[in-house]
Amino acid sequence: MDPLAAKFLGAGLACIGMGGAAIGVATIFGQFLAGALRNPSAAPGQTTTLYLGFALSEAFGIFSLLIALLLLFVL
Amino acid sequence: MADPIHQFKIDELFPVVKIAGQQIHFTNSAFYMALAVVLTAALMLGPTAGRRLVPTRMQSIAEMSYEFIANTIRSTTGEQGLKFFPLVFSLFMFILISNVIGLIPFAFTVSSHIIVTASLALLVFFTVIIYGFWKNGLGFLRLFVPRGIPIYILPLIVLIELLSFLSRPISHSVRLFANMLAGHITLKLVASFVTMIGAFGVFGWLGATLPLAFTVALTALELLVACLQAYVFTILTCIYLNDAIHPGH
Repeated sequence: MDPLAAKFLGAGLACIGMGGAAIGVATIFGQFLAGALRNPSAAPGQTTTLYLGFALSEAFGIFSLLIALLLLFVL
Repeated sequence: MADPIHQFKIDELFPVVKIAGQQIHFTNSAFYMALAVVLTAALMLGPTAGRRLVPTRMQSIAEMSYEFIANTIRSTTGEQGLKFFPLVFSLFMFILISNVIGLIPFAFTVSSHIIVTASLALLVFFTVIIYGFWKNGLGFLRLFVPRGIPIYILPLIVLIELLSFLSRPISHSVRLFANMLAGHITLKLVASFVTMIGAFGVFGWLGATLPLAFTVALTALELLVACLQAYVFTILTCIYLNDAIHPGH
């Protein structure tokens, strides 16, 4: 295979990993909303935990994007 | 199209010292690091010098950030963790200020370089190891041996715990670095769509409003990410320090 084509294919494949991060972030916000609607008075105390979970799971999507960017621009 | 990686280029501003035949330069990275330190010091020392009972706005910012980090440490490591307050607070303010400075157009983002974030993460990693052994002696190794695990799968668990401990500085540093890098590249790419579509004349200008609006929205998201990643780095530091202070599971 042409090395350049393989590079672009690899970058595209690496971006599939972002789907996992999307599922993770959606789960976190969905579960938070479900819990917050059941007990709205307890919800404000958990917003930092919410954003922490968001940032931690978003980071894994960023990791796969990073691999794609490295393949495209650096290697 | 403009190269989106170009914004991370390190320029040498002026030479400083020559060590072992290697010329050390003062770079734009060093300049923005110094700027972050100066801004942090100015924010913390300037408004609090008067020590008013009713704080001014700037003094409230300084006091609120102090209280915020102190509460974070208390809730994750307990009162014993407060002796690490200077380390954790410096890390938080440095990362926060350098992330936010990086959002200004044409400014350099210090934390978008793996060498900077890796240095900070390794600092935390070695602090945990040295303090853990100094305080607990060999009892620190209990960190790798969870209680209540059947003896026949214990070697596997110890191996996994050891690997996860050793991979901490990698994930700790790459998380901040990758978020900043990817965020700035995305901003740059979307912003370059504006000029690309705008080159098509009047209809191009109409079409260019879409990526322009998206750029504004992305900048807001990046501001959130900049503050959030500083907080995530801080809270992970606290969690790792908690392992050194209370090694038992």
